[in-house]
Amino acid sequence: MARAITTRKKIMWTALSWGIGLLIFFPILWTFLTSFKSEATAIADPPVWFLFDWTTVNYTDVLERSNYPLALTNSIIIALGSTLLGIIIAVPAAWAMAFVPGKRTKDVLLWMLSTKMLPAVGVLYPLVLIAKYFGILDSRILMVVILMLINLPIIVWMLYTYFREIPVDILEAARMDGANLKSEILYVLTPMALPGIASTILLNIILAWNEAFWTILLTTVSAAPLTKFIASFSAPEGLFYAKLSAASMMAIAPILIMGWFSQKQLVRGLTFGAVK
Amino acid sequence: MGRITLENVQKKFGDVEVIPPLNLTIEDGEFVVFVGPSGCGKSTLLRLIAGLEDVTGGEIRIDGKPATDLPPAKRGLAMVFQSYALYPHMSVRKNIAFPMKMAGMDQAEQDRRIAKAATALNLTDYLDRRPGQLSGGQRQRVAIGRAIVREPAAFLFDEPLSNLDAALRVGMRMEISELHKSLETTMIYVTHDQVEAMTMADKIVVLRAGHIEQVGSPLELYKAPRNVFVAGFIGSPKMNLLAGAHADRHDCATMGIRPEHLDVVDGGGTFSGRVGIAEHLGSDTFFHVHVDGISEPMTVRAGGEIGLTHGDTIHLEPQADKIHRFDAQGLRIA
Amino acid sequence: MATEHSKAAARIMIAPAVFVLLVWMLVPLCMTLYFSFADYRPLRATFEPWIGFDNYVSFFTSSSFISSVVTTLQMVGGILCITIVGGVLLALLLDQPMFGQGIVRILVIAPFFVMPTVSALVWKNMFFNVDNGLFSYLYAALGLQPYDFLSQAPLLSIIVIVAWQWLPFATLILLTAVQSLSSEQLEAAEMDGAPGLSRFWYIILPHLSRAITVVILIQTIFLLSIFAEIFVTTNGAFGTRTLTYLVYQRVLESQNIGLGSAGGIIAVILANIVALFLMRIVGKNLDN
Repeated sequence: MARAITTRKKIMWTALSWGIGLLIFFPILWTFLTSFKSEATAIADPPVWFLFDWTTVNYTDVLERSNYPLALTNSIIIALGSTLLGIIIAVPAAWAMAFVPGKRTKDVLLWMLSTKMLPAVGVLYPLVLIAKYFGILDSRILMVVILMLINLPIIVWMLYTYFREIPVDILEAARMDGANLKSEILYVLTPMALPGIASTILLNIILAWNEAFWTILLTTVSAAPLTKFIASFSAPEGLFYAKLSAASMMAIAPILIMGWFSQKQLVRGLTFGAVK
Repeated sequence: MGRITLENVQKKFGDVEVIPPLNLTIEDGEFVVFVGPSGCGKSTLLRLIAGLEDVTGGEIRIDGKPATDLPPAKRGLAMVFQSYALYPHMSVRKNIAFPMKMAGMDQAEQDRRIAKAATALNLTDYLDRRPGQLSGGQRQRVAIGRAIVREPAAFLFDEPLSNLDAALRVGMRMEISELHKSLETTMIYVTHDQVEAMTMADKIVVLRAGHIEQVGSPLELYKAPRNVFVAGFIGSPKMNLLAGAHADRHDCATMGIRPEHLDVVDGGGTFSGRVGIAEHLGSDTFFHVHVDGISEPMTVRAGGEIGLTHGDTIHLEPQADKIHRFDAQGLRIA
Repeated sequence: MATEHSKAAARIMIAPAVFVLLVWMLVPLCMTLYFSFADYRPLRATFEPWIGFDNYVSFFTSSSFISSVVTTLQMVGGILCITIVGGVLLALLLDQPMFGQGIVRILVIAPFFVMPTVSALVWKNMFFNVDNGLFSYLYAALGLQPYDFLSQAPLLSIIVIVAWQWLPFATLILLTAVQSLSSEQLEAAEMDGAPGLSRFWYIILPHLSRAITVVILIQTIFLLSIFAEIFVTTNGAFGTRTLTYLVYQRVLESQNIGLGSAGGIIAVILANIVALFLMRIVGKNLDN
């Protein structure tokens, strides 16, 4: 088992891993640096690394001049709203499937997953029509509902795998100890399920925040989240690297931090338990 | 008080009858062990008594009162699970307090009972730890502590020792026995290990495929097994069961003789054979003897200092009054 | 536990989730199916409810369909190659003893959390741009002619962008799989006289095969519907028009709903073929 690892070998692996790690991370780092440069420094030849006049003017510019605050608000509402709605629908379903499994439980789970694999373009136009019909094109409520629906299978699935890890023995023990259904849920089940629910929420906020098909195609301005807002930079005028970087950093920073916390759940959530 | 009666209790899972209609009475204060091979329905039976499974038919009474339709919480029973089923997010103290909290007991009484249980179970120093920080034996004791503070009508144990290592198992076995002596409460204990059954029980219920094969005290079962199955199941090492010519000589379909009831003789003897494996334990020696005409090797328990080894010839004589006889249906011939 | 009463309650608890997903799946899909047999061009006020398989025939026979399928295959294939090979190597690397493993892990995983429009725009402007991109500086520093990636190698550029986003995903999953390999198995192989490369080939790779399959299938499903990256970089020009993008253009840009819907149905069928394999693996895993 524990074989002595030479320090030299360890240093070699460390250098190699850090080198590759930084290379992969570099675009984000570069965006970060650029977001604090003046527009002129941002495209300086040769590129400037760390020694420049750090300025936060790009951040204030983006915040003041554009639709950024609206887009940020939309992103938050859509990500949180769709996740919350999804959790409300998914918790009872996942709970029932985990603790009262029937003959068709497996089929239902797999069928739910299969809806996740439906290509979005296959249903694009009907959704445009339906949204128009109800007059909710470019509305937050539409985005909340759609993102809830596309992530619902993942939410159900994740919760199901978490719930299934709660031993039935413990719930039975609570019943033997005289707990009625209410106390069973309140004192035993909820505390044990909370970590799983929390990481499910976390991962789904990330997925909803970054969704970039429906948000781009079904919103214009009033419900446009950050994905759409950033996309509007694709036809820019004048010098804009520093501002693009500042806007980008603000769009990805919160998710990046949440993502680092949810690494482990990511594997579980996105492989549907096929890799443990 | 904890007198439990089962009348025609039956359990089906779908079309599969796990427990055919069955009658059993457990007297107040008795230590009853349900024993049988895996899949015999002993755990199901325990869960039916606990109320964790619904009966398909029949009646369960606790102290004469019908309990068949009561939820587990209302039956006044406590259960210790195989996995201990401790609440991982609660401290040991809160685990033990949980049933009392559910019963709405006042805090002072709760504290008094926790302190008493903790002292009895050597848990006083661990009350503020989480179950995850405890060893297997300590978890087991917390589970027992959680059961005793309720002062239940009866304790139900579902293979509680199977997750412990051998040394700990012997220790916990004695602790549970002592607990029973001091509490004098009914205990129902499920195990697949006949040694546990023999050492702990006042009354053993041997189950096979949902049927009760025999009910009796350990010695009754040892001395007079009702059929071939019980004969083979109770006792260690297993009883030698012989059919054919040897059985014919005793007017039965199957004759049985326990390893400890075979004497090693110098010559002659009913059985002669070669020693296969010899297990020298010091206090005893177990010989596996290959006898011509008998397919299975016979097991013999001899004194500790017999110097026979592999390949030696051995002569055996059964003690005449210790021979068990069974008819073609496997039932004991008195 | 599983009493009749709780079973009925369970059904009620599952019902809302099943219902919304059923509606979500069936209603729009049936509409698409319906439109795919119609000649429906709102801009020209044309609506012919039944024209048989004309849309399918013209979608299949158009040169843009063939080229979009080729493009899709190249794009998905290229990204899969990079992410799988890179992911296996990175997973093995991250499994080695080193200082600051947690931080390296964080660095490697980060790109997965960057929203698609951001990563596409950052790469497009700050790296690929022929005038001001970092790659142009790099080329110049090496004494080479600056290269306009997005117009001269647009497909490759998009592959690089998307591979950068998905490499962390592959790495993370494969790392989980690598770490579940018991060191005793590797030591047994070592005792049996297998050198490093054979250990990789005969022990590690077979152990990873299931994880690799899962990564391939899941990525394929997501990659088949790449959209934002194309939308903000090339807008489907220069041979980067995938099947997804082609359908989007037919439906929303040229507003040929019938034709686009036929394409959509074809995309659904293709995705379902991949999904079927994935479901089998997931389903098997559910049993144990």
